[in-house]
Amino acid sequence: MSDAPKPRRRWLLYAPLGIAMAGSAGFYAMLRGLQSGSYDPRGVPSQLVGRTAPGFDLPPLESANLPALADADLRGVGRPFLVNFWASWCVPCIVEHPQLMHLARRGVPVFGINYKDRAPDAQTFLTRHGNPFRRLGRDEPGRVAIDWGVYGVPETYLLDKDGIVRWRWAGPVTPEVLEQDIGPLLRRYA
Amino acid sequence: MMGIFSALKRVVPKARSSRDAQASGLLGFAGLPAAPIRALGPRLCFVPLMLLLAVPAFAAVGTPEERLPDPAQEARAEAIGRQLRCLVCQNQSIEDSDADLARDLRRVVRERVAAGEDSTRVIDFVHARYGDFVLLRPPVNAVTALLWATPAIALGGGILAILLMRRRIAATPEPAPLTEAERTRLAELDETPRV
Repeated sequence: MSDAPKPRRRWLLYAPLGIAMAGSAGFYAMLRGLQSGSYDPRGVPSQLVGRTAPGFDLPPLESANLPALADADLRGVGRPFLVNFWASWCVPCIVEHPQLMHLARRGVPVFGINYKDRAPDAQTFLTRHGNPFRRLGRDEPGRVAIDWGVYGVPETYLLDKDGIVRWRWAGPVTPEVLEQDIGPLLRRYA
Repeated sequence: MMGIFSALKRVVPKARSSRDAQASGLLGFAGLPAAPIRALGPRLCFVPLMLLLAVPAFAAVGTPEERLPDPAQEARAEAIGRQLRCLVCQNQSIEDSDADLARDLRRVVRERVAAGEDSTRVIDFVHARYGDFVLLRPPVNAVTALLWATPAIALGGGILAILLMRRRIAATPEPAPLTEAERTRLAELDETPRV
């Protein structure tokens, strides 16, 4: 007990310091990830990535004069495109709308699925903020959303030209998401 | 944390049957004779206390029209729903959550149960759409291996620590016996009258 630690066990003295340093490095990486959005402990990874969209056939928003949306419309688009779940009552949807408008102006097909919304409210939203959608389906009961694994709005899916889901974003498409994720993905799957 | 909560919740369906409660005499406060509680002695007093803490789980979230008319089917649907995480609030099952999505998922589960679908297939249906995250009892796979191994690692670590400590105590040499001078001095100190 009273002996000084044996020399070969000296390194053990540094173990607490090492553990603390490893812990801080991990914690720092976690905080950085939280900030940049690459680490989200509440995020639910999409089960659709790498697969085709589930079968569905949604009615149109009559007043918008846009074609309706069914799973058949997602095959043979010929270029990568987006499917966006949105609702007029969803505030982050207003935040992401300019980015969707920008993509639509650049010629990227954006298909919309209006989630649990009243038709007049959806129409008012499109009149006020502009319409980025080539096709628009109304999922008032929210059943198609469950088949896609949607757990909130907005959610955006990127599908390649063969209709295979390549990427899913849960949350608003901010200018950063547009630049750092969607831009490179559109080039990769072009 | 989660373990404690889910353990409490799993207790509840049993206590719901008032016949069980009467038989065990634990629910004295629910209009039944209170004497059995005292008869059970102080050690069991924490049981009603725990039930009291579990009261929020008694209050079913769903409206009566949401429930299935057949009590057996409704019980099966509830048992399924309690295994599924609400993806909006995340620390509640879909049976306990008020979120819109939880209500939709409750409806999906009940439709499938009413159609006579097997419980595992109902869970598989939701699991296929939302992944491992939706299961409150996660499956054992590469991602969850550490999670499942934690109790064993903690127990093993504790046992190892105890063994090492015992070895060290055993290895500690007995102190040398007192010398004659020390013994005399000790006797002197003992005889000194205390003030």
